[in-house]
Amino acid sequence: MKPVAFDYERPRTIGEAVRLLSESPDAKIISGGQTLGPMLNLRLVQPALLVDITRIPELTRIEETDDAVILGACVTHAAIEDKRIADPSHGFLAEVARGIAYRAVRTRGTVGGSLAHADPAADWLSCLIALGAEVLLTGLSGQRRLTLTEFVRGALDTQLEPDEILDGIHIPKLSKRARAGFAKICRKSGEFADAIGVVVHDADRRALHLVAGAVQGQPIVIAAGNERTPGASWPPPLESLREKLEQAGLGGDAYELNIHMAALERAIRNAQAS
Amino acid sequence: MTGQGIGASLIRKEDERFMRGRGGFVGDIRPAGMLEVAFLRSSFAHARLKRVAIPHSLRSRVFVAEDLAGVAPIRADTALAGFKSSVQPILATGKVRHVGELVAMCIAPSRAEAEDLVAEIEVEYEELPAVHDMLAGREAGAPLVHEHWSDNLYLTTEIDANFDAAKSKAKVSVTRELRTARQVMSPIEGRGVIAEWNSRLGQLIVTSSTQQSHIVRTGIAECLGIDEGQVRVIAPDVGGGFGYKGILLPEEVALAFATRRVGRPLRWLEDRRENLTAGADCREHHYALTAYADDEGRLLALDCVATVDAGAYSAYPFSACLEAGQIGSILPGLYDFSHYRCRTYSVATNKPPILPYRGVARTGVCFALEVTLDALARELRDEASALRFKSLVRPEQMPFDNVAKRHFDSGDYPEALRRCLDAVDLKAIRERQRRGEPDGRLVGLGVAMYSEQAGHGTSVYAGWGIPFVPGYEQCHARFTPDGGLELRVGSHSHGQGHETTLSQVAHEILGVPHELIRLVHGDTAETPYSTGTWGSRCMIVAGGAVASACDQLAIRLKRIGASLLQAKPEDVRLEAGDVVANSGRISVAEIARTWYRRPQELPSDVDPSGLEVTAGYKAKRDTGTFSYASHAAVVAVDPRTGEVEIIDYVIVEDGGVLVNPMIVDGQIFGGAAQGIGTALYEEMPFDGRGQPLGSTLADYLLPGPTEVPEIRVFHMETPSPYTRFGQKGIGEGGAIAPPAAITNAVNDALKDLGAELLDLPLTPRRIVEAILRARPAQSGR
Repeated sequence: MKPVAFDYERPRTIGEAVRLLSESPDAKIISGGQTLGPMLNLRLVQPALLVDITRIPELTRIEETDDAVILGACVTHAAIEDKRIADPSHGFLAEVARGIAYRAVRTRGTVGGSLAHADPAADWLSCLIALGAEVLLTGLSGQRRLTLTEFVRGALDTQLEPDEILDGIHIPKLSKRARAGFAKICRKSGEFADAIGVVVHDADRRALHLVAGAVQGQPIVIAAGNERTPGASWPPPLESLREKLEQAGLGGDAYELNIHMAALERAIRNAQAS
Repeated sequence: MTGQGIGASLIRKEDERFMRGRGGFVGDIRPAGMLEVAFLRSSFAHARLKRVAIPHSLRSRVFVAEDLAGVAPIRADTALAGFKSSVQPILATGKVRHVGELVAMCIAPSRAEAEDLVAEIEVEYEELPAVHDMLAGREAGAPLVHEHWSDNLYLTTEIDANFDAAKSKAKVSVTRELRTARQVMSPIEGRGVIAEWNSRLGQLIVTSSTQQSHIVRTGIAECLGIDEGQVRVIAPDVGGGFGYKGILLPEEVALAFATRRVGRPLRWLEDRRENLTAGADCREHHYALTAYADDEGRLLALDCVATVDAGAYSAYPFSACLEAGQIGSILPGLYDFSHYRCRTYSVATNKPPILPYRGVARTGVCFALEVTLDALARELRDEASALRFKSLVRPEQMPFDNVAKRHFDSGDYPEALRRCLDAVDLKAIRERQRRGEPDGRLVGLGVAMYSEQAGHGTSVYAGWGIPFVPGYEQCHARFTPDGGLELRVGSHSHGQGHETTLSQVAHEILGVPHELIRLVHGDTAETPYSTGTWGSRCMIVAGGAVASACDQLAIRLKRIGASLLQAKPEDVRLEAGDVVANSGRISVAEIARTWYRRPQELPSDVDPSGLEVTAGYKAKRDTGTFSYASHAAVVAVDPRTGEVEIIDYVIVEDGGVLVNPMIVDGQIFGGAAQGIGTALYEEMPFDGRGQPLGSTLADYLLPGPTEVPEIRVFHMETPSPYTRFGQKGIGEGGAIAPPAAITNAVNDALKDLGAELLDLPLTPRRIVEAILRARPAQSGR
């Protein structure tokens, strides 16, 4: 299959991109194109205009503050894998990046593109939810900032307005003693995940985040926020995890429940070993 | 010896261009003025075609069935009793019988624009109930794929070799029902065709990604009703075939017809979606198999009902019955027993035609038999390999005619199994299993054995009566004036390395340096007729033909050389590229120069046919060579997630005399990777309306480099008594045994849980669910 005819623009500023999006109702943003490319070729999307945002300098920015790192949306998986960015996560992001698809995909694919596409099986979505990341959206009416759980409404469904660009990701820095672990279960290397487990345990902040990803819709947030007693529930009791997964709707399928439990347990083990 | 002949692991000549991206494939070729083709394909598995509405302004760029006046459909009949014939239209007429069947051909300057045209056409279908499952399709009362048939059976075959007598002797039996998934052959390059009419030559030139240019030429000429002389087929570089490219496609015929009407060259390049949903189906078998043994665990009998989902049409030239026919004849495996019964059904369904994939029926057969033998061993509480030793044909019985009248030419089957068990260290594995794994995974060992009949010819295929029967293979060999050697063969190399191996054969006889030998292949205008590359036949038949042609050239070289050396022909010999007499030596290059450029120096009684010969070859006995192997897989299974890791994989293979052991290893590795795909990953499911449920490689999983373990290959080399150098065909074997070996390993790992897997592929879900079924009390834990 080959794509339908479309127009192509490559703006140099976010403002120009937003204007192009607002003027064309059938416009689509292209960044790394690792998902959109095949979808275009399969004619699953048939846009009138492609707005290529990869040459907007602000979108490859990397800002570091005392308590966070902000990545421009067009930072590639490979840049994260290669540790070419300021790291808020003691190497955790690089470890996750290394397992995304294949190196060729990582070289072009971008973290913003992944989040905007909101595939429930994507690695970044679950990981960045567990890290408490927020997305920065810029549209005609200005910029807004949403947590990822607010941003993602469901599978392939986000709060992005037609004239908005996801321009950056705000990732809080982990404290010194924090531990993070990730595990995914997939049929073969580089394949979409069948189950994802992410755990971030930040004892200094008394925070525990546990996320089960690669489910039907949004990732399942099993634990978030502050624990009453630091460290008391670390590692978290497995039986309670199982109940949470069952409550979230995985109970009806023994295989699904098995692999999501296994992913969470492996993530916890990885965090403990980190 | 110069080390360039039989047995040398020479680097492949063709890799110079392939590894640098300098090959030339259909996709690289663009004749001036070429237009591109996209096909409108049926979106229904089974439907009446009510109306195809083409906007008037586009009519001249669209072809439908009514535009193909005088074009005959594709028919691949057999002479087998009771065979029902299917008629595969080039473009659908009246009815569509599978998703992806061609309905209209759209022509535009680019593929994207041709797809725009496809989107402009409206098709009205009246959907009919689809035959989506072969077992249901076999039953009376199923919807009919071909309405003039009385049922959906292309063919039913029956073999009964004194079966009833076995029952009284049998002490134990096991019965298993097994299934292999429908797969899709996945060469890196899909199919592709360019058709153009050359008015100077009065010839249709079809450039196609095919394994069988001569067969395609015959097929196109028949469908178009023109002389074969008016058709030239060229197979350029071809990026893998595996059987998919041994088929005459309706697309080839459609383009061949339309190029003259349009007056421009036309090209169609299959995309991956077409490949997955419409083109390359293979492998789907079902077995109900019972194995009988005596009280010592010796195999007494097999009783089988096998069903093949053959799809909607009988594909040209191998027909819809190749798979089922093979099943009956190869199911007995490498074992010596005397009672056998096998019934096979080739069922027409509303799926794309089933095509022969590397190993053809052998992969399914090996899976069914070897997995059932392991079940028998578990029933007898015997080691699975010990059970096999009791029944394997022994070397002193060779050559051996088995219960299905296969004639095994040579080999030592028990030795292959022994070496395989040694290499994998059976005792250590059993000990490791007793200790258990620290991570809770379960380790299992599985072995599987098979033989691979190859290069079988007239005597085997004559009875089938398919559109062609292989006969004598030919090679045209000639020297160039500078002493180079050209070999022209009608078979084709698309990954096998024939440019290297056939050159080694010629070097073995003539001593011409490897780098001065060129292989010409793939073009019907430049090569002798051949049924092409299939059935692991080329090293036997094309190798034999090259040797025969070189033998004749050697005689002529020696005659001319003797004369130039003033010696008698019987007193000279060929040695390292020279004709040598007591009086001196003269190089082949010098003889060639004399023949072509200084004929005044030739003796007056020289053979006038010169340094150019066409010679034919057929093996001394053309029932085929039987290479064979023992595969052993060691796996670790996570019983909770169903993940399978192959922690060791050993192959002990006997391919007779190896022409180029490095290339043989490559064939084995590649085949084994595909076998791992069959075992663990590849499956094209269909829904109840006959819709294929995968359309990209994200849905249809192929093993990648990280899924293929380091495979340890060991060789035995028992010569075949029937071939020129004792070589045997080895092209398919790697793909045959892995599903059986890996399934046996997984079942061995799960045996204490009482779980057994019998359906391919062994997906994590199937494994987990089998465990849960076996242990309902502990479900979910």
